[in-house]
Amino acid sequence: MDKLKAIIESLLFASDAPLTIDKIKSILETEDRKTINNLLVSLTNEYDSQKRGFFLSEVAGGYQLRTRPEHRHWTRKIRLMKPARLSRPALETLAIIAYKQPVLRSDIEHLRGVDSGGTLHTLLARGIIRVLGRKDLPGRPVVYGTSKRFLELFDLRDLNSLPTLKDLQDLGQEWPNDSK
Amino acid sequence: MKEQLKNKSESPYEVQLGETFEGPMDLLLHLVKKNEVDIYDIPVAMIMEQYMEYLKLMRIMNIDVAGNFLVMAATLAQIKSRMLLPVDEEQEEDEEDPRMELVRPLEEYLQIKYAAEDLAVRNRLDWDVFTRNVSEDTEACEKQDQEFVNISLFELIDAFQKIVKRVSSKHFMDITVDTISVNARISEVADLLEQHDSVSFQELLEGQDTKGQLIVTFLAILEMAKSQIIRIMQHVESGIIRIFNG
Repeated sequence: MDKLKAIIESLLFASDAPLTIDKIKSILETEDRKTINNLLVSLTNEYDSQKRGFFLSEVAGGYQLRTRPEHRHWTRKIRLMKPARLSRPALETLAIIAYKQPVLRSDIEHLRGVDSGGTLHTLLARGIIRVLGRKDLPGRPVVYGTSKRFLELFDLRDLNSLPTLKDLQDLGQEWPNDSK
Repeated sequence: MKEQLKNKSESPYEVQLGETFEGPMDLLLHLVKKNEVDIYDIPVAMIMEQYMEYLKLMRIMNIDVAGNFLVMAATLAQIKSRMLLPVDEEQEEDEEDPRMELVRPLEEYLQIKYAAEDLAVRNRLDWDVFTRNVSEDTEACEKQDQEFVNISLFELIDAFQKIVKRVSSKHFMDITVDTISVNARISEVADLLEQHDSVSFQELLEGQDTKGQLIVTFLAILEMAKSQIIRIMQHVESGIIRIFNG
């Protein structure tokens, strides 16, 4: 069992994307989903209890080793690149898409009260959102949704792990911060 | 002020607000916040008056006021007039507060703002947490000062107004001489930013002799922010606004 756990650990280390249980199953040629799941939980607990520099993040439907956020001050310095910034309009547009998908551009613009074409284009180009299809309306407008990349970027297991709008409003400070 | 701006119209220059900056909803929220009023009990007349002030100011500065700003102005005017109408007592019960037309979109917009803020504080990949491989969603490294936050257009306009007020009107005698174009000012500011990492908003503006120059500088700053040449940030503690290289 410990050997199997070590193999899974190797896979997590070598994988360049969040590793799904299905993928591990096919690599290990096993059907035993439960064991894999238990071993992943065990790894997660080990990293946490030993206070390792990385943790096992459940993200975008898979598992990925990630450095601890509390070490960000140092980990940022090792990277020569920094993440492309997401402007406030981009975050707003993204929030609308995340919560209201599938959503039309006109819905987004209605909510924000401003033209959002450029922002949508940028989010599409960066792969954070995607076109989900077309709506059966005059002009067959496209509808947008978030991509798997969105989940990866924002450390989300799936869309359901987003807090609900109601919760956000209830626990929200009196005014959302205009920054970032 | 209008006369002074006429000479500017010889070299017409427009700043399009577009999506880089905020829209009517942001202006409305900014006013509600600034006046510390309840969104469920908005003093429409007062807010509308201030809203129109901003539009006027934006016009004077030749900022292209997008149609949706006017739509909002019309909505405010309509609500204001409906509130002035005497309420028919029989109908009073089913008569909805005309301000609801404003409250619902504002509420919805606020929710989106909260959601955007929640996204902003999540552990971002390649910023808070890292994986072994470098993800592509990166750009060239640059210094990021954590103590600065982005500033909204309307806060910037407020700051600009304060400076304009402070600079004595005596300085505005000679208005036709040496007007500098926005583009020329942009390269001046860019030069300045090459020498220094950042300059304060106040420094940039207070060196200007005429109101025209002040406005040209302000437009240059807006234009540069729009094309993401610069970033306009406000220091969290001191409230000082600084311009950084984008």
